Amino acid sequence: MKRADKRTITVIMVAVVLIAAIPLFILKGAEFGGSDDAGSQVVESIEKDFEPWFSPVLESMLGRELPGEVESLIFCIQTGIGVGIIAFLLGRFVERKKWEKK
Amino acid sequence: MTRQQKKLFVLSIAFAAAFAIVPGANAMHIMEGYLPLQFCIAWGVICIPFLVMGFFSIQNKLRENRKNITILAMSGAFIFVISSLKIPSVTGSCSHMTGTGLGAILFGPGAVSILGIIVLVFQAVMLAHGGLTSLGANTFSMAVAGPFLSYGVYMVCKKCKVNRRVSVFLAAALGDVFTYCVTSFQLAVAYPSESGGMLASAGKFLAVFAPTQLPLAMIEGLLTTIIMITLENYAQPELRDVGYLEGK
Repeated sequence: MKRADKRTITVIMVAVVLIAAIPLFILKGAEFGGSDDAGSQVVESIEKDFEPWFSPVLESMLGRELPGEVESLIFCIQTGIGVGIIAFLLGRFVERKKWEKK
Repeated sequence: MTRQQKKLFVLSIAFAAAFAIVPGANAMHIMEGYLPLQFCIAWGVICIPFLVMGFFSIQNKLRENRKNITILAMSGAFIFVISSLKIPSVTGSCSHMTGTGLGAILFGPGAVSILGIIVLVFQAVMLAHGGLTSLGANTFSMAVAGPFLSYGVYMVCKKCKVNRRVSVFLAAALGDVFTYCVTSFQLAVAYPSESGGMLASAGKFLAVFAPTQLPLAMIEGLLTTIIMITLENYAQPELRDVGYLEGK
């Protein structure tokens, strides 16, 4: 990879980490929300006595809300699948370039 | 609205939203059971032509060149990765990004609708995140509207001879913001507030989503740019086949 591009990517990565990490350090006492349904809170504030008319299939099967840690696990699996595909294909491209140069 | 006007419109929303007062909030999609049935059906029906167009677009691209499947798979995998990450934001809560910008730039907005709906179904079933009833609405906001804006912004930047990487950044970031604007609009249409109707509701929802989302939209733009730089370095033949780079 071109040296300039490597530098660009490093700079961008630092920027990304900063944007994500600074709120963590600056906002002491902020909850960084565990639940995913703030939209639902606003709906409930607009329409009193709101009841969702359908519940997610997994919740119906479990009979309860998905436990936080298990939800994290499944999100991890999702990330893993995505990264696996990207890394596999990218690895092939990198090797190909190396052999082409020969 | 011309594309240029659309871009300015979205920028103005983002700008206005940045100054809105904000209760801590996070969300990505409309949750299961939170959209009345008639809206679920309506948004679902609206999505169908886009999904059909997307399916044919993918079919054609693969027929042109079997190898396009690698970049297509990478775009889909990118959505998988990006939409699974919960990132803390300046408002004191976390949210997800969309990841559809990459596919929109490389394959056009149609194809991304198929990739997006796969991810949405995965999340709705496996994670109780988003929903099957709200699938139509979520598909429209994340897999149709967002990518269309990303593609439009990218094309406009290309015409204006903006630096290619800057256009990628803008396309991905604005697409992300637009997805959330559309989600707010979908909720506002379904739940107009008694005083002020739809507009007031839209404002409320935007105030909840947008400020949390803006730094995340920037992160999405930056990550999309990173992967584009990587692809430009290692996958030039594939990018030429797809039409992103000139020449054959």
